[in-house]
This record gives sequence, structure tokens and C-alpha cells, in this order.
Amino acid sequence: MAKIEENVPSQVEETSDDMKMLDDLTNSEYKWGFITDIDSDTVAKGLNEKVVIFISQKKNEPEWMTEWRLKAFRYWQKMEEPKWANVKYPPIDFQNISYYSAPKQKPQLNSLEEVDPELLKTFEKLGIPLEEQKILSGVAVDAVFDSVSVATTFKEALKEKGIIFSSVSEAVKEHPDLVKKYLGSVVPYTDNYYAALNAAVFSDGSFVYIPKGVRCPMELSTYFRINSQETGQFERTLIIAEEGAYVSYLEGCTAPIRDNNQLHAAVVELVVLDNAQIKYSTVQNWYPGDKEGKGGIYNFVTKRGACRGKNSKISWTQVETGSSITWKYPGCILQGDNSVGEFYSVAVTNNYQQADTGTKMIHIGKNTRSTVVSKGISAGHGNNSYRGLIRVGKNAEGARNFTQCDSMLMGDKCGAHTFPYIEVENESAKVEHEATTSKIGEDQIFYLNQRGIATEDAVNMIVNGFCKEVFKELPMEFAVEAQKLLAISLEGSVG
Amino acid sequence: MNNLEFKNIKDWYLSGFDLFEKKLNGESKSFLHEIRKDALLTLSSLDFPANHNEEWKYTNVSPILKYNFIPAVNSILPKFSKKEIEKFLFSNFDCHLIVFINGIFSEELSEIGALPDGVIAGSLRNIVKENPQLVNNYLTRLSKIDNAFNALNTAYSFDGLAVIVPDGKVVDKPIQVLYLNSSGDELILSQPRNLIIAGKNSQVNIITNYCGFDQNLYFSNIVTELYADENAVISLCKVQDESHDAFHIEKLQASQKSNSLFNHYSIGFGGSIVRNDINTLLDGENTETHYYGLYLANGKQHVDNHTFIDHAKPNCMSNELYKGILDGNSHGVFNGKIIVRHDAQKTNAYQQNKTILLSKTAKIDTKPQLEIFANDVKCSHGATVGKLDESSEFYIRSRGVPQELAKSMLIRAFANDVIETIKIDQLREQLNHMIFEHLHRVEIHNQ
Repeated sequence: MAKIEENVPSQVEETSDDMKMLDDLTNSEYKWGFITDIDSDTVAKGLNEKVVIFISQKKNEPEWMTEWRLKAFRYWQKMEEPKWANVKYPPIDFQNISYYSAPKQKPQLNSLEEVDPELLKTFEKLGIPLEEQKILSGVAVDAVFDSVSVATTFKEALKEKGIIFSSVSEAVKEHPDLVKKYLGSVVPYTDNYYAALNAAVFSDGSFVYIPKGVRCPMELSTYFRINSQETGQFERTLIIAEEGAYVSYLEGCTAPIRDNNQLHAAVVELVVLDNAQIKYSTVQNWYPGDKEGKGGIYNFVTKRGACRGKNSKISWTQVETGSSITWKYPGCILQGDNSVGEFYSVAVTNNYQQADTGTKMIHIGKNTRSTVVSKGISAGHGNNSYRGLIRVGKNAEGARNFTQCDSMLMGDKCGAHTFPYIEVENESAKVEHEATTSKIGEDQIFYLNQRGIATEDAVNMIVNGFCKEVFKELPMEFAVEAQKLLAISLEGSVG
Repeated sequence: MNNLEFKNIKDWYLSGFDLFEKKLNGESKSFLHEIRKDALLTLSSLDFPANHNEEWKYTNVSPILKYNFIPAVNSILPKFSKKEIEKFLFSNFDCHLIVFINGIFSEELSEIGALPDGVIAGSLRNIVKENPQLVNNYLTRLSKIDNAFNALNTAYSFDGLAVIVPDGKVVDKPIQVLYLNSSGDELILSQPRNLIIAGKNSQVNIITNYCGFDQNLYFSNIVTELYADENAVISLCKVQDESHDAFHIEKLQASQKSNSLFNHYSIGFGGSIVRNDINTLLDGENTETHYYGLYLANGKQHVDNHTFIDHAKPNCMSNELYKGILDGNSHGVFNGKIIVRHDAQKTNAYQQNKTILLSKTAKIDTKPQLEIFANDVKCSHGATVGKLDESSEFYIRSRGVPQELAKSMLIRAFANDVIETIKIDQLREQLNHMIFEHLHRVEIHNQ
């Protein structure tokens, strides 16, 4: 495996140090680009039933799971690749992808000392030293290294409360009833092309179960990291909040520099019962490709939550700065009466990045409410689309939606697009949608300039202000990281 | 004749062309006939739009395709007296009146009167016959065929409104155009082909009124082309009050040169399936475009408004306000697209779509859409869906106003944002009356 020289500029500690930051910004290529030298157990390229069975066997899955995968695979074969998104990319050769890759040593460890030191170093480079996280921030980290969970921390602490936080493959073995009941119940494999593909070949992912009445004492988090060259990452996340439960889940990711495009087709399913709540936050910072648009990750994700119970709530927050193509619509099915769906999003496209993202809010129950706030920033040759659906069904008495999507444009070669779909079948519904698109304010930049603030910093400030509504929804640690990411993503786009 | 003889409805329309050609006699020698034949070829290669087509996602046209409509030229024209058509006219203001029966110009019923020097207003057919050089650079050049319906219109294009205003001319009085449609023994396909050309520094104000004579089934399939040269000011007010059973499809394609102003009003009442495509290309600097729309639907009506504003040049302004009132089992669709092209810096584009649902069974699908490729722009759109505000209604009722009247007041206020932009007082009043008549609600009068 090729080893690329590390070129990691020193990290900025204090944002107040403007000069240093500017320096950093202009020098930073892709900050977290490096490849860990660990042998991977990779299956040959191509996809057929044998590969599906191989993956299933490799993970020692029971027969029903293998069957389910095969059904999904057969269904996928009959489907056509969707083309409707406002993104352009060369055709994907699904036979030229390796569908399974796992670190060769699969440690079953109880403490960090037993973990491969190479791995630990990787985590340190990522800025998430496990021990520190464990002790200081109280975040349990289920680090997914390529496709297999390597270390799961805080498991014991969570166990006391009856919370299950494990990899899906473990859950398949240990809690088959739960997995059987909920896996594919929100996003069935028939849902779309990439969901079917994911169901057939998903490698691993996180499984969270919060029992009745339990408030998860800490924020659960998984750091994803794509590592092996040309290995598609097919994660599957399933979170279940029983009656009255609460959990906040963080998902964040970085990936190393590489030339070949990588496909990432994850599926996330959330199930919320009566009076329960799930808060799902994402910071996505995969490799966006270089300045000419070469390389970068294809991020085609299906994320959906079902508010099955009364007074239940799902809140999606996402900061999308990475990937060469982002194509995802985290949605909420508001089935239970009085249930609430929220979607807060910041999507940044710079250089040749493309994003087609938004949300779907399906109002079914009575007095269901949804809020959508989407901020799109386009720079360079980036193209940013908001695509959303608000559907109010016949019986959704008193449904309420508010949608706001604002776009900011920097430079004259980028594009910002909005495709909001509003479908209302109930007269008592109140649906509001507003969207604006404008250039970054010259007068604002000028104002800051004449206060002695450099243009680049002024832009950062304005952009951060523009996104504040979304950032304030993020958990503390993420909010800080998100602001830094934004600055790095937009580096050199003005002036 | 019935459908069984033809594999699909397209073959039916293709087969009628021979008869049409015969009816044309000497007129088949004009430049237009080549265009017709091309369009027929295009039609044979196109399918009528289906729901999987994104532009037709919410509108199912299959009911239209169930019937074998006969192009009006191939059928017998009904005769109406001046008295009979009177009730369809907007009255009490001075105008040049042009009447079309089933899309074909009626000399007897029209009262064009004296027009300023050089201004032509009347039948397109006559102009193609007598002065083809006036229109051949415009006709079918502005509106490219993009679906089977406008291909069908082009293939059978025969007559329609032609308004040509030379440079510097101002037409003071509005031109009122009545399109009266009615099926006799045969189901009629009425296909006006309208062309409006306004030269440099000219001004014209046109009211088009599409009506059904009685409540029977026919199909109005219209294409309108409009060209506004530099500094031209055009106002086009379309009132659509087709019969309950009628189908109505119109494609309007406008093109504006620099400093021109185009106001388009679309007030829709009738029709069982209605589809309007209103497209404007802002093809010069400093142009201004305003769209005002009000659509009412009741019963099982399906009303689809697709608007498209294409900002191709810098420093232009567009403003769009569409309002819908949906009652009964009606289904409303709105799709407002704004594209700001790469060079169109300093564009201001605004769009609003507001819909009120008056019944539990009414339904709306709305999709405002912005596609922006320039950076120095100000664009916004807004869409709202709701019912009549309960607290406002309560407030009015607490003043001793009966419930039904209170509702009517709110409806009137809602519609007024659009109606008040119409400049002719008498027309405004008559439209207000039509709103309440159509919704079967207590009427509010001025004062």
C-alpha cells in the first residue's frame, strides 16, 4: 500500500490568532490526509451473490441475515441507477469496487493497551485520542476503522443503564430480535438503489438501543474513517429510542487523500417511540477532491427517522463540508401525533464539489410539526442544491412546517439551486417556505476590513454568522470543529 | 370513430393531417406549411407527457388522451350572434374587440375599430396569407417545440391572434380578445396560435379571454409567442373561464429585449384539467418582468401553473406573485422556476406562491425552484399553504358579520393582492364578481 507523506500543518489552537490562522488556511491542503499502514483483509473487486455470502460468512451472521442480504442484492440487480440529482459524475463501475475490507487483526479487546499501536496513532492524528476522549469529554467512541469496529469504549458504563451501543454485527448476534424487528423497517432495501446496495453488502455500523425511560448520560459518537484504497464504505446505523428515551448521537468523519473516487453509500435508520427523542448530528469532512476536482468521495447516503410514537422527536443536524459529491436527504416520517421533526444543515461546496442535499418531512399524524433550516454556501466551481419535500397527508390535522433555505455565493463560477417540493392534502395545515440567494455582502466585508480585519477572516466571520442558526444546534465539541472546518473548506475562495 | 381504430391517440392526430391539408387549399403554399409538416414529424416522434416526466409529475393528462378531438378546421364552425357572445365580454370600457370561435377568427363578431397607423391586430391566418414577411421571422421561432401538446398545436396551426405594433407606436385602448369555444356533434380541438410583436418604444395592452359557450367537453390547446423589442411595454392579461368539462393547455413563450417591460396576468377559473406554461426569456439588460397569477379551483378541477423566468442578461428584474384558492376536491399545482444564467449579474428575482385551501379535500403541490449560476444577485422565493386565518375570521365575526360573509371578506382580501395590480377598473370589478360566482360564495361589493 502506498504511503503518502504526512503534510499536516500545525493545528490552530486559538481562533483569535488571526495571522497564524490565515497562514494555516492558505497552506492547508487536506489536513487529515494520510494512510495508515495496516494490512487489510480485502475481498477481490466485483459484486455477485458469492461476495454477498462471503461478507455475511466473514461476519458469522445467522442465516436469516444472509437471506436478507441476498434478497436485497437480487432486488438491487433489477433496479436502475438513479440519475435525477443535480450532480454530475462519471458512471460508477460497481464491479470495480471491493466490497469488503477489514483490518487483518480483529482484536476483541477490553482495554486500549491491547489495541494495535498503529491504530491508536491514527486516532491521535485524527484528533481523537481515545483515552483522552474517554476521560475528559465523557464521549463513548465506537471507532469504525474501515468497516469493522475495533474498539468500543464506555460499553460497561452504558450497560448499567441498559443501553446497547455496539456494532451492528455484534447486535445481530447478541440481540437478533431487536435487529430483526427494526433493521430495514425505516429504510427497506426496496427504498432506493443505494439503500438496496447497502443492504446487500453493508460491512458494519453502529447499533444503539435506549430502553424505556432512559436518558443516555453521554453523547454517543462514531468516527468513521475510510482507509483501504478503493474500498467502498457501506455503513449501516440503527438507533432505537424506546418510550421516553433520549439519545444524542454524533457522527463525524475524515478520510485520507486518494486519486480514485470512492463510493460511500450508508444507511441510517432511527426509530423513536412515544415521548422519546433522538438528536443526530453529523460533521462530514471526507476528502473533497483536489482543486481540479480530481478524486474525492461520493457520499450517497439514505438517512431516515421514523417518529412512531406520540410526542416523539427527531432532530437532524448536519455540517457537510467534505466529499466531492454529497447526495442525501435525512428525513423524518412524522407518524405519531404531536411528533416533531427538525433539520438543520450547512452545506459547503468549494472547488469542484457538488452537493444535492435537503430533507423530507412526511406529516402523517395529527399536530405534527417540522422545522427546516438549510444554509448553502457555494464557492469556486461548487454547485449546491437544496432539494426538500414537505408532504402533509390527508389526516395530518394541524400540521405545521416552516422551511428556510438560504444560499450564499462566492465567486462567479459557482451555483446555488433550490428545489423545494410542497405537497399538502389537508386544509388545516400551515406550510411556509422561504428561500433567499445572495452574494456575500461586500459592505459587510468592507466594514470589517476598515476595522483592520483581513478579508479572509472577515469572510470567515460572515459565513459563521450566516451559519449560526445551524451551529447552535450542534453539541459543543462539534460546533467548534464545524467552525474550523468551514474556514478550511472556504480557504482562498475570496480575494 | 373510436379509439380502437388507432393504436394510440397520437396516431389519431397524425391521421387527421391529410384532411387538414386538403382544407388548407392554396394556403398550404405558405412558409407556415413547411413548419407544420416539420411539427407533424416531431409529433410522431414524441409521446404525450406522463407523470414520470418531472415537468408533469403532478398532472395526469391521460383523461385528455381518452378522447378523439377533431381540430376545429376539420369540423364545422358553430355560428353565434353578437347578442349571444355579449355576456362573455368584459364591458364598460373602450377596446378593440377581436373574436375567435374555436380558435378561428370571426370577422362578423369582431369590432376592431380604428388602430394607430401601421398597427395590426387580428387574424394570424390573414397575415400569413397577405403579409408573411411581417411574421416569418417570429412565428415558431420564439417557442421551440418541447412536448407533444405544442407539437400538436404547431402541426395544425391555422389561425390565432396576431398583434404587430411597429416601432414607436402606442395602442391606447386595450385589445380585448375573446376565444369562445364549443363542441357541436364532434369533440372540438381548438388551437389558437397567437403571436404578439411589439417594436421598439411601443406600447400595447391585451386582454385575452378563453371561454366555453356552454358547459361541454372540448380541448383548448394554445401556443402564444410574444416578442418585446427594446423599450417596449406590453401587458397581457389572460382570463381563463373555460367550460367545466374542458381541457385547457397553454404555452406562452415571451422574449424581451433590453429596457422592455412585460406584465403578465393570469386569472384562472374554469376547465377540468388546466395547464399553463408561462415562460419568459429576459434577453436584454435592464428588462423587467412581472407575473401575477390567481387561480381558483372547485369541484374536481385540476389546475397546474408552471412559470419559468430565464434571466440571461445582467441588471434585470423579475417579480412573481401567484395565489391559489382551492375548494372542493380540486388539486392545484404550482411550479415556479427561475434561472439566473452565468452572465446575469445584478439580477433581482422575487417569487411568491400562496395557496389557501378552503376544504378538507382540496390539495396543493407547489414547487418554487431557483437555479442560480451568477454570484452578484438577489433572489428569493416564498411559498405558503394554509387555510383562512381563524383569528381574523373570529375578529370579523365578533363585529357582527355573519360567518359566510366573513369568509368571503378574507377571500376577497387574499385575491385582492393580485386583482388590484390590474389597471383597468371595470375589468377588476368584473373579475371580483367572477371570483365569488365561481366559488359559490357570498359576494363582497366595493364600498
